[in-house]
Amino acid sequence: MHDLPQQLANGLILGAMYGLIAIGYTMVYGIVQLINFAHGEIFMIGGFGALTAWLLLPSGTSIALALPLMLLLGMACSVLVGMGAERFAYRPLRGGPRLAPLITAIGLSIALQQAIWAFYPDAKKARPFPQFGGDPIDLGAFSIQRGELFLITAAPLCMIVLALFVSKSRTGRAMQATSQDPDTAKLMGINTDRIIVTAFAIGAAFAAIAAIAHGLKYGQVDFKMGFIAGLKAFTAAVLGGIGNIYGAMIGGLVLGFTEAMATAYIEYIPGMELFGGGAWKDVWAFVLLILVLLLRPQGLLGERVTDRA
Amino acid sequence: MRHRSLLVLTTAVTAGALTLTACGSRDDSAGGGGDGGSTTVVIGVDAPLSGKLSALGQGIKNSAELAVKTANKNKEVEGVTFKLLALDDVAQPGTGQQNANRIIDNKEAVGAIGPLNSNVAPPMQKAFDQADMALISPANTAPELTQGKDWRDGKKVRPFKTYFRTSTTDAVQGPYAAQYMFEEKKLKKVFVIDDKKTYGAGLAGTFKDEFVKLGGEVVGTDHINPEDTDFSAIATKVSNSDAEFVYYGGEYPAGAPLADQIKKAGAKIPTVGGDALYSGEYVKLAKKNSEGDIATSVGAPLETLDTAKTFMKDYEAAGYDLPYEAYGGYSYDSTWAIIQAVKAVVEGNDGKLPDNINDTRSKVVEAVQKVSFEGVSGAVSFDEYGDTTNRQLSLYEVKNGTHSVVKTGEYKD
Repeated sequence: MHDLPQQLANGLILGAMYGLIAIGYTMVYGIVQLINFAHGEIFMIGGFGALTAWLLLPSGTSIALALPLMLLLGMACSVLVGMGAERFAYRPLRGGPRLAPLITAIGLSIALQQAIWAFYPDAKKARPFPQFGGDPIDLGAFSIQRGELFLITAAPLCMIVLALFVSKSRTGRAMQATSQDPDTAKLMGINTDRIIVTAFAIGAAFAAIAAIAHGLKYGQVDFKMGFIAGLKAFTAAVLGGIGNIYGAMIGGLVLGFTEAMATAYIEYIPGMELFGGGAWKDVWAFVLLILVLLLRPQGLLGERVTDRA
Repeated sequence: MRHRSLLVLTTAVTAGALTLTACGSRDDSAGGGGDGGSTTVVIGVDAPLSGKLSALGQGIKNSAELAVKTANKNKEVEGVTFKLLALDDVAQPGTGQQNANRIIDNKEAVGAIGPLNSNVAPPMQKAFDQADMALISPANTAPELTQGKDWRDGKKVRPFKTYFRTSTTDAVQGPYAAQYMFEEKKLKKVFVIDDKKTYGAGLAGTFKDEFVKLGGEVVGTDHINPEDTDFSAIATKVSNSDAEFVYYGGEYPAGAPLADQIKKAGAKIPTVGGDALYSGEYVKLAKKNSEGDIATSVGAPLETLDTAKTFMKDYEAAGYDLPYEAYGGYSYDSTWAIIQAVKAVVEGNDGKLPDNINDTRSKVVEAVQKVSFEGVSGAVSFDEYGDTTNRQLSLYEVKNGTHSVVKTGEYKD
């Protein structure tokens, strides 16, 4: 068990990434009760946007200098696609049967994936992403990769900024109002259409940050990366209580933590040798999800709401 | 309003779908041929042309195309023009099977090249066997594809007489790496990881058996999901074991980040694997951390073979934007084997192909079994299981950002 601190760190770092993506899922769901399955692809497009910024810069630019620009372009791409999706794919279906936007989301997700596959140069395979050089930072019991520093700073920062924004700012309160009762909110003079677009844009921006963190950590982006990441983030959002921002982050951390622990230790439990290791980590993560949903159907931090779906 | 726009949309989609279907059927109904003049003969290609493994797949397709072009240019078979039908299987067995049926339904197709992935092969083998049509894989290395599932116990039974391959099998490749690591590198402790696929698990298994037989110790095993990118938990396990190297049974899209993360976790040990790690993409993805990693590959390095020089020159001249990669030479040889088989059939049938396509197909299968020529990868011919008679293997180490040959030779039991 002497590698426990390192495995804990592995799990929490992976979880922070899931959480960062899950924020976007949860925000959109909180306001329009739509599971935006295309969110994983918006995440992926943020990664490719950032990669484009890097490729446009003269080669040899230091990554620290390039990072703000990569963030900017990555977020711009994601936000544009996120807002476009809301305007052209979801808004026309608002008020229609609930299944329609859900299926649109799945279709949109495939379309975006294939668009990058077909039109981004050389994107039919994984493209290398710039990485920080240098040795890992040794903190005694465990060490952290340089590429993970960005993620470790970005994840809590994003969560706090977003939570403050939603609870304190005028737009944030308008979001809460729209989420509670869109019709009454409209009567009170809130432009609900604008609020919903804002929610999509913010979710997309955070997805782009997560994508850059993903690229820096693993050194590659590919057109399919949004699928698994989106699925895990969705799981994290449900685990934490969909609609709740802190819940999304906590759900992500729990999920990442479970995966790391399952990979590392399940096989040492007597009688469980066959069910440990990397091959089974997803199984354990979903077993946990099922248990949580059985005991607390609203998720870890979710509030019990009447089912509108 | 809403309903009207819905109607318009549905109409548009239906019209679109109908147009697409029409396109599809036009393809299939293209006439049978066989009547004097120049006959068109189609050779199918099935490989992952998109997705993470597309670098290898595109290399296979381009090389097959090069073989077809060369045959047409040199009039290799009088009165026959070859055409390629390349289909993308996205590395999925289900898609491979659909592609197999599309190739079989094409009434000009006489044989096919592919697939790349060993787990895609079984459904395709079956389909081609029923159609009595030759399928030659440039890259499948799982032994059971040609020798039956009991090959380990020495009970070799060929399951499909229409399936051949130009690459050697994992039964040779895994032990070859084990011998090198144990006897020449003097490393005795290994951590074995695989991706649970037919190819990866099979390769890791043959490696492990030989390594233990030689006296080495397996200090840990684990499995990964090939679609993942995060292997930090496994990397930590490896760095906390006292393994001296890692053997990975699997392909480069997961292998490269795995090797990268193992080194980042503090274990400065090489990752060793099979031919699916022998790709320029591996080095690009794992960057500096690929240095010192080792991959075995089937056949002698193309750069050292005289027969391969023309191929490499022609490939460059053809101006493909992607390299021929690990299986380019084998793909060229596989395609050439079909071309030679067609030639033999034409020569044995008064200078033309049989009128019935089913006749042609089964005669091509018989002819492929008997082909023998000097190919890109060396002498090409098939044994009683459909395996290549060429048992040449090479071992590459990443040095200064490229795979360089450290050893090449024939495997001995």
